[in-house]
Amino acid sequence: MTDRNLSFLGRISLAVGTFFTILGDRGFAAGVQRLRDGESVAPAAPAPVAAPAPVAAPAAPAAPSAPVLKEASPVAALQLLGLLQRDARFVDFIEEDIAGYTDTEIGAAARLVHDGCRAVLREHFTIRPVREEAEGSRVTLADGFDATAIRLTGNVVGSAPFRGSISHRGWKVEDVRLPRLAERHDAAVIAPAEVEL
Amino acid sequence: MSEARYSIGIDLGTTHSALSYVDLTASDGEKTSQGVLAVTQLTGPGAVEDLDLLPSFLYLPHESELAPDDLGLPWSAVRDFAVGELARSRGAATPIRLVSSAKSWLCHPGVDRRSAILPNDAPPEVPRVSPLEASVRYLTHLREAWDHAHPEAPFGAQDITVTIPASFDPAARELTAEAAAVAGYARMTLLEEPQAALYSWIQKSGGQWRKQVKVGDIILVVDVGGGTTDLSLIAVIERDGNLELHRVAVGEHILLGGDNMDLTLAHVVARKLAAQGTQADAWQLRALTYACRAAKETLLTDPEVQAVPLVVPSRGSKLIGGSLRTELTREELTQTILEGFFPAVDASARPVTRTRAGLTQLGLPYAQDAAITRHLAAFLGRQVGALAELEGFAGKQSAAATFLHPTAVLFNGGVFKSDLLVDRILQTLNGWLAAEGAEPARLLEGADLDLAVARGAAYYGYVRQGKGVRIRGGTARAYYIGIESSMPAIPGFEPPMQALCVAPFGMEEGTDAALPPQEFGLVVGEPVHFRFFGSSVRRQDQVGTLLDSWSPEDVQELEEIQATLPPEGRTPGDVVPVRLHARVTEAGTLELEAVPGGSGERWKVEFDVRGSANA
Repeated sequence: MTDRNLSFLGRISLAVGTFFTILGDRGFAAGVQRLRDGESVAPAAPAPVAAPAPVAAPAAPAAPSAPVLKEASPVAALQLLGLLQRDARFVDFIEEDIAGYTDTEIGAAARLVHDGCRAVLREHFTIRPVREEAEGSRVTLADGFDATAIRLTGNVVGSAPFRGSISHRGWKVEDVRLPRLAERHDAAVIAPAEVEL
Repeated sequence: MSEARYSIGIDLGTTHSALSYVDLTASDGEKTSQGVLAVTQLTGPGAVEDLDLLPSFLYLPHESELAPDDLGLPWSAVRDFAVGELARSRGAATPIRLVSSAKSWLCHPGVDRRSAILPNDAPPEVPRVSPLEASVRYLTHLREAWDHAHPEAPFGAQDITVTIPASFDPAARELTAEAAAVAGYARMTLLEEPQAALYSWIQKSGGQWRKQVKVGDIILVVDVGGGTTDLSLIAVIERDGNLELHRVAVGEHILLGGDNMDLTLAHVVARKLAAQGTQADAWQLRALTYACRAAKETLLTDPEVQAVPLVVPSRGSKLIGGSLRTELTREELTQTILEGFFPAVDASARPVTRTRAGLTQLGLPYAQDAAITRHLAAFLGRQVGALAELEGFAGKQSAAATFLHPTAVLFNGGVFKSDLLVDRILQTLNGWLAAEGAEPARLLEGADLDLAVARGAAYYGYVRQGKGVRIRGGTARAYYIGIESSMPAIPGFEPPMQALCVAPFGMEEGTDAALPPQEFGLVVGEPVHFRFFGSSVRRQDQVGTLLDSWSPEDVQELEEIQATLPPEGRTPGDVVPVRLHARVTEAGTLELEAVPGGSGERWKVEFDVRGSANA
């Protein structure tokens, strides 16, 4: 999983897992943010996959010199991929070569994938906007606002309170409800081969 | 016995079960502290989740189908079967190993409910279980899930209410009670589902229900579940200055529910696909049924939508190339659901019955007429005289009425999330009422359509402690045994049958019926069978009443009952005169006993649940 030469599929898996982990784990999101901003992170290439379990955010983000990154198990990401495949045929959809199909055909399948993905998201996560105001509305950010939950963009100068308009409401995961797994269950098989007798 | 901390209500449904609970220590008057247990269950091999509903399915896997601990639960590492969501999803692909609708089998008079017959279309090598055993496993799972979540309040020490269809006959009630006893339910009471729905509505109103109903109201409860349709009438009377609820009538057992609707839609769409040259296989038809359920809900809840696209995924990994695409239109939905299941009919309409073909496959006796409105018309028509005996109601119904006039309607069941269906039934009913010059019936709003039965059952346990209004009414049938009248034998003619009333209508829980004067001869050491009858309309018959003739509309034959006199202290073969004594237990089951004259002995008379060819 943490091989440096990740396959395309491996990267999709990582991207999807990381996507939800970012949503669910504020500390991890901050780590990725730093990674993207080009800060040096202790072990170079492998992007760590943190479990979305409600663990306290690692260390304080105020210590960029030596961020403590956990070597987490990929089980939660695999589980989520398994759920997306089971309920939304997600891997089937992404792995299929869509070049030869019309938009109508792809659209029909996308509907199924969308329905399924939404069901998985609603079933296993409680996702709420970070800001409840409508996009486009003006807001004032007082001093000491949560910089993890709100990203300032554009003309970022001066000092708090900041006044601006919401361009994206943001999303935060308030609750994660992934199935508990049996001890020896192999989560890497995200969809078993089916053999009809 | 220690005080129960919780009153637990269990909705043992045909397709889904649920558990709700009221914390008795934290509840006072109309303020109740209630919750719904998220039932821990397998949702995939080796994956455990907590869901509000436990699908009532049992899967019996092949020994090499799953890894050893794939079926383990937090409280039991090794199992050779699965109950719940995993069973449902796994069984969709391997139906020969899936037990479903066990509840409908439990009340199927044509089969032996104690013998291992399910899955009924399984090949011989697949292990089978009895309908009773399947129910035991669902109930056991709920008990174990509770004990796992509430180690501080063991299930066995709580007050349990299990719901059953109002139309369940005494044998099915007793089997349910037996299943609960085997599953370790020590303090268990049965409650009829439409009553549970009304209890839930009362509780949810938080005392406001007294403003929504008034003395003289007759509430019709229409409960359409996944597999059954259940009808009840509950009258609001006044006693000692308080409102009191009195259940006056229950409908017949109708095996017809939301699942039938989904399946019908799937077949409609499959026919459309076939006309376009695409044949859906069995797997795709199942997927289509799920897709149709979602599409049905969309169309029924949003009247603006004209068509919902349906996509049935391919089975292989080629999703886009292999999927079937079609749509469900509003016209098809209206034609199939509204006109098929809820047609606007006259009050005089009756369900169509056709004689079954000589050789029918052994299966569930589904309702032959899918029109719920016709079943409703038949029910109200049959019960036109239901109020005659009830104090305060005499003369309220006009003498010219051809059916009983309800004044309020409470709906229960997921299909009634649709306003279209609610409106259709209300309009049809109000059309009947208007034709007889009666006021239109009101809709009782604010019902919780999915979990009302479990919630109402838990609340009932609370109400039983004297904390709220109770629905009275007792048994909704009078019971009779068949006796052959003595007359000279005429070759070729069966001796005429008389029906002797042994249990009158309206026996409350925990009461005894009088001993009938008639005696029967029982042969010591040999089982003796009696024909057994029930009537949901003969309210006036008392114990000992003899009927010489009756219409099949009024009195229905139930399963036989059987008594065996143990030979203790007697000579086998002797004939001992006995009388039949009926009582309704606190749990809500009917018990019949044979009482020999002059001694204090009593022998239990059993319901014969082994099924008979002619049932």
